[in-house]
Amino acid sequence: MNAPAESAPGLKSGDAGFITTRLQALKEWGRRNSLWPMPFGTACCAIEMMATLSSRYDLARFGAEVIRFSPRQSDLMIVSGRISIKMMPVLIDIYNQMPEPKWCISMGACASSGGVFDTYTLVQGVDQFIPVDVYIPGCPPRPESLVDAVMLIQEKIKRGERQTKLYDRTTHPLDFEPVALVSDAVQAPPALTGSHHSLPNKDAQTARELDWNTAANIARREGKALPLGSG
Amino acid sequence: MSFDFEKLQRAVRERFDSEVLEWTVFREQHCLHLAPERIVDVLRFLRDEPAFNFAMLTDVTALDHLKLPASMEHWARERFAVVYHLNSLEHGARLRVKAYVPEEPCEIDSVSGVWASANWGEREVFDMYGIVFRGHPDLRRILTPDHFDGHPLRKDYPLKGRGERDNFPKYTEIPERG
Repeated sequence: MNAPAESAPGLKSGDAGFITTRLQALKEWGRRNSLWPMPFGTACCAIEMMATLSSRYDLARFGAEVIRFSPRQSDLMIVSGRISIKMMPVLIDIYNQMPEPKWCISMGACASSGGVFDTYTLVQGVDQFIPVDVYIPGCPPRPESLVDAVMLIQEKIKRGERQTKLYDRTTHPLDFEPVALVSDAVQAPPALTGSHHSLPNKDAQTARELDWNTAANIARREGKALPLGSG
Repeated sequence: MSFDFEKLQRAVRERFDSEVLEWTVFREQHCLHLAPERIVDVLRFLRDEPAFNFAMLTDVTALDHLKLPASMEHWARERFAVVYHLNSLEHGARLRVKAYVPEEPCEIDSVSGVWASANWGEREVFDMYGIVFRGHPDLRRILTPDHFDGHPLRKDYPLKGRGERDNFPKYTEIPERG
């Protein structure tokens, strides 16, 4: 190009900061207006998600109508419904398969906190294990709430927060060696005392001694190495 | 709709007198209480006898009698009871059969050779209560994950589990490089 040097000195000198910022803004504009959701619907929240996608609420107005049931083509995971301990490895596997940058909406009380199901079989909030960007309260939430959540994600992209943080990939869920179950204290069968409405005494004591909010805490207490990728 | 339960009771008591513990009727629901030893013979008789013809096994489930309130303790002959719900399509009658299983050895014969539908029902009972069905062709867990430890519907299993729900790999944040 034979452009005069004095008209664009930045370009000529190789100082391209001006160009890259504008390109970044263009990319973010494109990203936020064509989010491709990956629906992970396991319960009644999924019914509301379907309503949001169909004609009455019409998520297409926000450019997010292309539901792909392949994680390889998606960048927004919507976890709608309760996640059981049998489903959680599948969820982690699918989240791993989504290309970056990616976002995650935790839709409804069950996905966010376990909801009313405070039992042995239900994960008490998917945010313990995968990063979540937007939480939607409700049981189930109205379609307007999901539309609002998608708009919040768009705002987030507009502000330049591509993802809240960079996250390390976990190991493959099936290669993961359970930490809590290998502990003797956890494996010990509870004493056959107490009524069946409350924990037996021995179990309550075990629960006090062990902070088993996370498997990591148990591993740290016992001085075992975390079977995670790194860090 | 005039199934003769009196006749059924007489026939069962005649053949399996040592097995029958009790015959109860509650709101026209008949229940046969059995010792577990010859459960396959009794249920096969109920299925094959033309006068009764309980061709359909609706459900297999179980009860845990641990720490039953004092007012109900007379039901707890043993710690567990395996419950079979039978349906006679021909005669329009239903029958409940309870077989009492002790805590040790926690075993009973499988009836999956009598009704094929018992296969998955017995797997569920094994998964939830830990009752072993002798002679079952494929006694694996059916509801909980394969690596699950314990039998969650037992009354001494804690409601919130033993840490299984917190036992997953985590995404960890990468610290920013300065």
